[in-house]
Amino acid sequence: MAINTAPALPRTSASPTRTTPSAPRASTSRRVKKIISRTLITLLVIVEIYPLFWLVMGSFKTQNEFFSAPTWALPQSLNFDNYVSALTTGSIGQNLVNSILVTVPSLFFMIALGTAAAYALEVLIWRGRNTILLVFVAGIMIPGQMILVPLFTVYFKSGLTNTLWPLIITYTVMGLPLTVFLMTAYFRAIPREIFEAAAIDGSGMIKSFFLIGVPMMRNAIVTIALVEFFSVWNDLLIALTFTTKSELATVQVGLLNFSDEYGSTQYGPLFAAISINVIGMLVLYLFLNKQIMAGLAAGSLKG
Amino acid sequence: MNSVLGDKKAILILLGPALLVYTLIKLVPVMWSLGLTFFTGNPLSGFEFIGIDNFTRFFGDPQAIAALGFTLKYAVIITIAQVGLGYALALMYVFVLKNASSFVRTVVFFPTVLPTVAVGLLFSSLFAVGDQEGPVNAALNLFGIPSVDWFSTGGGTFTVAIIMELWRSMGFFAVLLYAGLLDIPEEMLESARLDGATGWKLVRSIVLPLSLPVLLSSLIFSANNSLKVFDTVLALNNGGPGGETTPLTLYMFRTVFSYSDYGYGSTIAFVLTIMCFIVTLFIFRSARRDNTKA
Repeated sequence: MAINTAPALPRTSASPTRTTPSAPRASTSRRVKKIISRTLITLLVIVEIYPLFWLVMGSFKTQNEFFSAPTWALPQSLNFDNYVSALTTGSIGQNLVNSILVTVPSLFFMIALGTAAAYALEVLIWRGRNTILLVFVAGIMIPGQMILVPLFTVYFKSGLTNTLWPLIITYTVMGLPLTVFLMTAYFRAIPREIFEAAAIDGSGMIKSFFLIGVPMMRNAIVTIALVEFFSVWNDLLIALTFTTKSELATVQVGLLNFSDEYGSTQYGPLFAAISINVIGMLVLYLFLNKQIMAGLAAGSLKG
Repeated sequence: MNSVLGDKKAILILLGPALLVYTLIKLVPVMWSLGLTFFTGNPLSGFEFIGIDNFTRFFGDPQAIAALGFTLKYAVIITIAQVGLGYALALMYVFVLKNASSFVRTVVFFPTVLPTVAVGLLFSSLFAVGDQEGPVNAALNLFGIPSVDWFSTGGGTFTVAIIMELWRSMGFFAVLLYAGLLDIPEEMLESARLDGATGWKLVRSIVLPLSLPVLLSSLIFSANNSLKVFDTVLALNNGGPGGETTPLTLYMFRTVFSYSDYGYGSTIAFVLTIMCFIVTLFIFRSARRDNTKA
């Protein structure tokens, strides 16, 4: 954690009470300030990491250890019984499969439909395209609660609530506004001349979409897929409403109702179940943290 | 050439499917919900037209007013704290850690990607493991402070919810605002320093005014999301104790799926939508400039 001390006019502007004293006092106060800021930063990192560390340690404890040993004690042994129990008895394994079965098709449909729509709205020229874009974008601000009741009625009456389709359909549509909005912005950044040149060369607009549009959007598609992955995977509201059978529960619903599977709270398996979620995200984050940070930031500022 | 760029068939094939599902699954249900606000009942018992009674009922319903109050209280505190804390972190990244901030930024951002349900269950355990002490009370005891029964009171649960949400999201807002701070030209800061502006004065007179646009969008984004708070309170203490931490979203959910009043539930959803709408109008205000440039 190198704190640069080189510049004559330091940028240590976090402190509100900065005096402009003589040289020796300045260097002492700078050293004090350095110690304070290092302590604060260390504290910050501990506050972020310790709860997760404590969680993973808890996932190795027995029920007995939870109630007799001090809460910060390390587990007596590293056995994976709790994980086995969480995945089988606690049915987190089934929940994970359901979540994957929902998330993958949702992302696929959302991005396929959204990219094509954005291309038609931004690259193609026709009257009314701005209005249609506005209709899509307006969807960003409508909370899920506003479509919950009618959709539940329809899904229930058509018997779809016995399948995962209500989730796939609803996630696809709920992700469309942001996808269309971001994609039009990305298409806008491409020089129009590229598409015009292709049109002069006799390429139809659909052909241009697949041969020019989609390949140029590869990075944008990865970004949007990441942003939407988190919103679909982490969703609770839709998953809780539209699945009536416990065999169809996604991982969030499974976690929420976890203790029901045992009748009483079994802390070891519960901690293991939460840990499975956290560790899965951690692995993803270790590989993609740059893209995830940039993508989520872009998704929020534009949305 | 414009006839190629305006090819009707291409528009239909590319836009048609998205527009169709969007209309069927989003626009129609929104209109349907709007219609339901004038009815009471559910599909089994049948619906009865009651005009605007749902709205008069809403404003006379103590539970609804409590939920509205909780939603507003939560949204205001979270919005201010999230953006304030995020901004403080962002300033620290830029001015204290400088080029070494990458590690801290990445670590503090991480909880953002975690599922809210998982974080909620984790935090309820941090504050109390069943009847046992969690690490938080254990730490309080260490400093001689007696244990707090966090989840037996609305205020305690609310405090945990705020701490949890800040823990989860401050890194996100820090990164968002950090990007905004990096956009400030170095020469500008340099010349302000030559003029004698350092420390707090530099932040207040140069940095803060220049980061206003990104601060504003963060505020709006944060407010819009915290108005829709749902998973946090549900996973933490099931909206309790006794409905004391029940926001509009959860009250709507219970009205529809526990008490089967689809009409009144839709009314609550509509009130929430109006609140989000008011906040989001500002987003369009601030984003419109680059939107209309085509």
